[in-house]
Amino acid sequence: MIGVGKMKQYSNVLDKPLSKGKQEVSLSAFAFLFSELVQYNQTQVDNIAELERRLEDAGYAVGSRVLELLCNREKGNRRETRLLGILSFVHSTVWKVLFGKVADSLEKGTEHEDEYMISEKELLVNRFISIPKDMGTFNCGAFVAGIVKGVLDNAGFPAVVTAHFVPIEGQQRPRTTILIKFADEVSISTSLYMIYLYLEKLNLSPGLPTSIHAAQVLKREARLSQ
Amino acid sequence: MAAIYSLYIINKSGGLIFYKDCGTKGRMDTNDSLRVASLWHSMHAISQQLSPVNGCSGIELLQADTFDLHCFQSLPGTKFFVVCEPGTPHMESLLRYVYELYTDYVLKNPFYEIEMPIRCELFDINLTQAVQSDRVALLGR
Repeated sequence: MIGVGKMKQYSNVLDKPLSKGKQEVSLSAFAFLFSELVQYNQTQVDNIAELERRLEDAGYAVGSRVLELLCNREKGNRRETRLLGILSFVHSTVWKVLFGKVADSLEKGTEHEDEYMISEKELLVNRFISIPKDMGTFNCGAFVAGIVKGVLDNAGFPAVVTAHFVPIEGQQRPRTTILIKFADEVSISTSLYMIYLYLEKLNLSPGLPTSIHAAQVLKREARLSQ
Repeated sequence: MAAIYSLYIINKSGGLIFYKDCGTKGRMDTNDSLRVASLWHSMHAISQQLSPVNGCSGIELLQADTFDLHCFQSLPGTKFFVVCEPGTPHMESLLRYVYELYTDYVLKNPFYEIEMPIRCELFDINLTQAVQSDRVALLGR
């Protein structure tokens, strides 16, 4: 029989690699579903900030699941522990799985050290959506911001993530920027990590308990200096 | 050069939900456009009743001395019609394309209430591009 024997037999179901699954779903089906999600949430709220928060919450649940799935499927059960690593994971791997393409750009904020921006000329969820004038700066990208927040939070990089329209010169439509502002402890742990690496280079590795203590001290100092 | 004068969309009950002027000729004020829309809705319905053929779907083309009126009715009953210079080609495909834009940028927009006047920025942008004459010729191919 043709084809028999080519299929590898696994004695244990756990040894079988996870199938990649069907890679695409209908854009129309998604657009209608997302439209319903927004419409439903609109009936549940009194103001736009509340609507934004609810969309973000919906995205957060997606983000935490996507992180688990992708760590398992794409990264062999490894999770990013570095700040830039997790950011490029969101920008490329997560974006590719969710939207079929890598995000247009990933930049560091110019004003603050702990801010990063992922920009997209046309966000997939906004493809068919026109925001009415009376809703001001509301952006349905709040859902995507929620996804990013879900991924980052669950990977151990707590952050505040928001979606904004940014006008581009010479273009009729603004682009959407996902602004990521990391919590204080993220930058502290990053700088701690640098100190740790430096000490290690000098063969002065402080060991884990000391570094945790140092983190607490630094945190307290950061709070005092504010 | 054959020109498009204006484009209308009317809902199931005959209310005008979208009107767009496409040139300097044949401009109409709000009252007139509303009147044309409801007149056309009734005429379309009457023509279905009066037709000697069974299963007639209503007038598709009205030819007058100074203009042509092409009409397309979608299955749910929304009517799209375009008023243009006599003999303008590719109007059927333009109406199909406008219907496509309507399903994409109006019906998939969570802030649009069905059967209500259309105020969607993306729909306007894409429609303006579509009615540019060179684009219409491209659609006809």
